[in-house]
Amino acid sequence: MAVLGSGTALVALRPAPARSLVVADANNADLKLPTGFGALVVAETGGKARHLAITPSGTIYVKLNRPDKAGQGILALQPATNGKATVAGGFGSYGGTGIATKNGYLYASSDENVYRYKLNDKGEVVNKQQPETIIKGLINRKQHESKSVALDNAGNIYVNVGAYSNSCQVQDRQKGSMGIPNCPVLDSAGGIWQFRADKLNQTYTDGVRYATGLRNVVGLDWNNQSNQLFVMQHGRDQLNSIFPDLYTTEESAQNPAECLYALQKGDNAGWPYMYYNLQKKTQMLAPEYGGDGKKTVNGKYLEPAAAYPAHMAPNALLFYTGTMFPARYRNGAFIAFHGSWNRAPEPQKGFKVVFQPFKDGKPSGDWEVFADNFAGSPEKEAAGRADHKPCGLAQGPDGSLYVSDDKKGTIYRIVYNAK
Amino acid sequence: MKQLTLLLLALCWWAGSLPAAAQQKPAAKRKTTTSPAVPGAVLARGKVVYTQNCLTCHMADGYGVDGMNPPLIKTSYVLGDKTRLTKVVLHGMQGLDVDGEPYNNVMPAHAFLTDQQIADVLTYVRNSFGNKASAVQTTEVKAIRAANKK
Repeated sequence: MAVLGSGTALVALRPAPARSLVVADANNADLKLPTGFGALVVAETGGKARHLAITPSGTIYVKLNRPDKAGQGILALQPATNGKATVAGGFGSYGGTGIATKNGYLYASSDENVYRYKLNDKGEVVNKQQPETIIKGLINRKQHESKSVALDNAGNIYVNVGAYSNSCQVQDRQKGSMGIPNCPVLDSAGGIWQFRADKLNQTYTDGVRYATGLRNVVGLDWNNQSNQLFVMQHGRDQLNSIFPDLYTTEESAQNPAECLYALQKGDNAGWPYMYYNLQKKTQMLAPEYGGDGKKTVNGKYLEPAAAYPAHMAPNALLFYTGTMFPARYRNGAFIAFHGSWNRAPEPQKGFKVVFQPFKDGKPSGDWEVFADNFAGSPEKEAAGRADHKPCGLAQGPDGSLYVSDDKKGTIYRIVYNAK
Repeated sequence: MKQLTLLLLALCWWAGSLPAAAQQKPAAKRKTTTSPAVPGAVLARGKVVYTQNCLTCHMADGYGVDGMNPPLIKTSYVLGDKTRLTKVVLHGMQGLDVDGEPYNNVMPAHAFLTDQQIADVLTYVRNSFGNKASAVQTTEVKAIRAANKK
């Protein structure tokens, strides 16, 4: 590749590391970052850019929630030497969220199916029009419809099938409606399903319900240190508006926590029967199933590995394995919080990328804000009228962190510039 | 926030204590294309219903939530056919595009609201957030509810 060749030549001429080729925008793309970091706008796609994936040669594939005017649900962005990229085409006539690369394939999902495309040694999709269908017929009833994907190192792909319900009420989101006993949603949704990454036309019967009791997971990633799948759950909504006698609007805005789970096969994280109280650090019985805001359920369901403020909507999880960022970031987790709506009438929160330190494959210490001000101002954040909403995360070949935004379609790149 | 709620409750109480003639005033309006001014008492009552039942999803400013809960600002659903709008409140809604944009969250049925509460809240919505459209009358809601009884 010519681009890579010239970059390599420059590195050979100058002792500076490869990252010095990438210059942050003067305003750091309007983001607030820790000292030493800079950001640039890689491209404006103009689409609802959900998740993104980057090949070893630097091609950026962006999954759009809806196909663009040209009917393309996946955009291919070619990198330039200044660190930015240009949209160089697209393919895939379906909208969706999930996209990932692994072992020479690009995987992408619609809201029902998962496809894969063979990549050549330049990271280009060989046959854009005829992907292989890996998984088909996953349930999509509009609510929590995203099918996010992650792959392990043993040939498996993990797919989130979100619950088509808030809390498995007889009448979804209806004030006072109680939960359906033995929640039937869990048969085909509300969990993570495991399939083979290389087998065609798999359906539910070919897969394994790897973990259940997860209401909706949009951000998930494989941790190579603990050799384990980690997922971020979107916690339930509307404690107050469904059960106004049991919860104040403030309690409802502050609970339940958005939880990070470290999964083993067969785990049950407890939705819809419980939710996790952030302040009490306790599993609470859901009001739809007899809870009163005080009753707890202990020892029955998987404990979260870490918990974060309510309703911030974690849409991406990425374990950072690069060497560009300082050593403390290595093997830690970045989480993109898309931003809340269910805190109203309290101020909205989120619209940022946070960092969760890890040690030996487990969360270690408190999370911290990493990239902030996607909303554009504190007022826009509080009102929920964010300019940008971070939705996807990916690591570039040089260790840059890429962030996609599904509000305006901006693709960001965060680099470390300090020596 | 507490003070605002108290103020609204006070307004609601005040509106409730108005003589019946004052409340029926809008019913006597002339049938013109320009909507006559909506009494402040109706808007105040509508805002109370909105705050308790609608604000969580549609937000205090009617902006809604991208891709989930549709906005109530100058959309065809809000400003257009009153029967369609009333039926959304009575029966709920999911998975329909609003002015070309998809919204995927579930809106539950709000048939538990009284005819007057629905009329008030829809009148409030049609005359807030920059909207200006005719009031929805209690009699209209009553007729639509009766015609669509399941």
